[in-house]
Amino acid sequence: MIRRLLSVLHARNLEFLRDRGTLVFTLLLPVTLVIGMGFVFGGPERPLFKVGVLAGRLDGQAHPFLHERYVAFITLADDGAALRKVTHQQVDLLLDLRPPERYWVNTDSPKGYIVEKLLLAAEPAAVREPVTGAAVRYVDWLFPGILGMNMMFSCLFGVGYVVLRYRKSGFLKRLHATPLTAFEFLSAQVLSRLGLILLVTTILYAGIGTLIGFHNAGNLLLLALVGVVGALSMIALGLTIAARFSSEELVGGLLNVLTWPMMLLSGIWFSLEGSPRWVQWVAHAFPLTHVLDAARAVMLDGAGLPQIAPNLLYLAATALAFLAFGAWSFRWRIE
Amino acid sequence: MSTPILEVRELVKQYPATLAVAGVSFSVPEGVCFGLLGPNGAGKTTTIEIMEGILPPSAGAVCYRGEPLGNRFRQEAGILFQKTALQDFLTVRQCIALFRGLYTTGLEVDEVMRLCALEKLAGRDARKLSGGQQQRLLLAIALVNDPAVLFLDEPTTGLDPQARRNFWELVQSIKARRKTIILTTHYMEEAELLCDEIVIMDRGRIIAQGPPRRLLHEHFAEVLLELPRQEFPPAARTLPLNIIDASDRVEISTHDLEATLRTLLEAKVPLTNLRIRPANLEDLFLELTGTELRP
Repeated sequence: MIRRLLSVLHARNLEFLRDRGTLVFTLLLPVTLVIGMGFVFGGPERPLFKVGVLAGRLDGQAHPFLHERYVAFITLADDGAALRKVTHQQVDLLLDLRPPERYWVNTDSPKGYIVEKLLLAAEPAAVREPVTGAAVRYVDWLFPGILGMNMMFSCLFGVGYVVLRYRKSGFLKRLHATPLTAFEFLSAQVLSRLGLILLVTTILYAGIGTLIGFHNAGNLLLLALVGVVGALSMIALGLTIAARFSSEELVGGLLNVLTWPMMLLSGIWFSLEGSPRWVQWVAHAFPLTHVLDAARAVMLDGAGLPQIAPNLLYLAATALAFLAFGAWSFRWRIE
Repeated sequence: MSTPILEVRELVKQYPATLAVAGVSFSVPEGVCFGLLGPNGAGKTTTIEIMEGILPPSAGAVCYRGEPLGNRFRQEAGILFQKTALQDFLTVRQCIALFRGLYTTGLEVDEVMRLCALEKLAGRDARKLSGGQQQRLLLAIALVNDPAVLFLDEPTTGLDPQARRNFWELVQSIKARRKTIILTTHYMEEAELLCDEIVIMDRGRIIAQGPPRRLLHEHFAEVLLELPRQEFPPAARTLPLNIIDASDRVEISTHDLEATLRTLLEAKVPLTNLRIRPANLEDLFLELTGTELRP
């Protein structure tokens, strides 16, 4: 069994590595995106203070600070998420207008220092809650999203179209005439794609991380585990689409139906905090959402295994479910 | 009597709108080249694909060495499909090595390449082979497990005459190694040259079965005279002769060559392009079905 699996795995790896166009595209797209995003968002901050406000309603009469010029006030609903924003310096100060009026300021943030002076001049009774934490630039936050997006496309389209091409060309039918089983064939495809994705993602992580000066706050091995389990889940999802169908249009359409909502709702580009609850439910059905949540928790917050265990369990469970469904519905030949 | 290597029993394949195979039965003795002949749509590819274990039958069964097709069959069968694509970007040697890795026993890659005269093409991209070279590679892949039974489904369709003859020589060298070969073809010359036993199918049924020479002997004691259709006057059709219409010619089957020639001369039929030949498998098909082979 291992010998047969390794034969198919080796041949598939050779095929991928010799397909220069696909290989270059796989590497070039995320590099271009990250450099572009870094250029757009990584420059000097705009001269605007951002203050997060925890309150049902911004009452300018009761709180004169809310009239300050050059300060943007952003209403936040989730206390924990709001506090993380201060820690990461994504807002310069967090104000809780619910009595007793309190505010959180990051003592490592120069802008926080200035906004605090403005606040105390307007509302001297506010209670101070100091926090610390290095700034997280948008490009730092985006970085895991770009890696995850590249992984998603590679998993879904890479595996989906390859299996479809094999079926349409009759190569699968020829393999079916050998002792190779569907499970061995699918496992070889999964392992081949997993290895290539990890290789490409490692290169991107090291290359782009150096380029934008990214610092991982968490454990690198834990991050690799997120990558492995996440890639397995998405490769298996791609296999469920490619397991049965023979029409390129249908498979292409189904893959697009999967990738576009994930592109928009999995939190690649922006956080879903504050979005309607149903949107968040939908988003949390996607494997990519769990990959990004776990990766950002490790990379930005230094989270450990217990914090990301629910994400890992979800990804592992979906990987198994998708693989089982893919193997069950697999067809060697065009019906 | 020894157990046949393959036994087909009451095989039926029903598609929603077509009965492709309508209850065929035959046995294949070990070590023979067994031909499945017939025009396109006769059901021979469906039959061979069921025998290969690729297609499930609607009814009936195929047994390999007395047992239903299973792991042993997959390990011991070599298959060359009518159309097969290989993985992109692989060399000839890598394609063979990939399939060699799928079997527990078999021939060395170098030996298979030597058998199929592929040594000089070992490093070439498999996509850049000519039609004849591609078929030799597919044959090499079919031989990689040193199969006891080799299925060749229309292996020379689309090849030029020289490549076809080269391929026949390869098949004859495999026959010499006492392998059982199941061959489908609609080239009667190919079947006559290679097959020890044949089954002729039409519309999903077997219409003749046996060694080619015996079948010809059973159906033809005569010789055939061929004349170009345009040189055969319409008035001559009323002559007391056994006249068979073929696509571009008229054939006359006779026991008494001299008497037939005299009749034609008396009727002033031009004999400049007359050809006299013994009956072949194509004639047998015409005799049995009343239609010419549909290529």
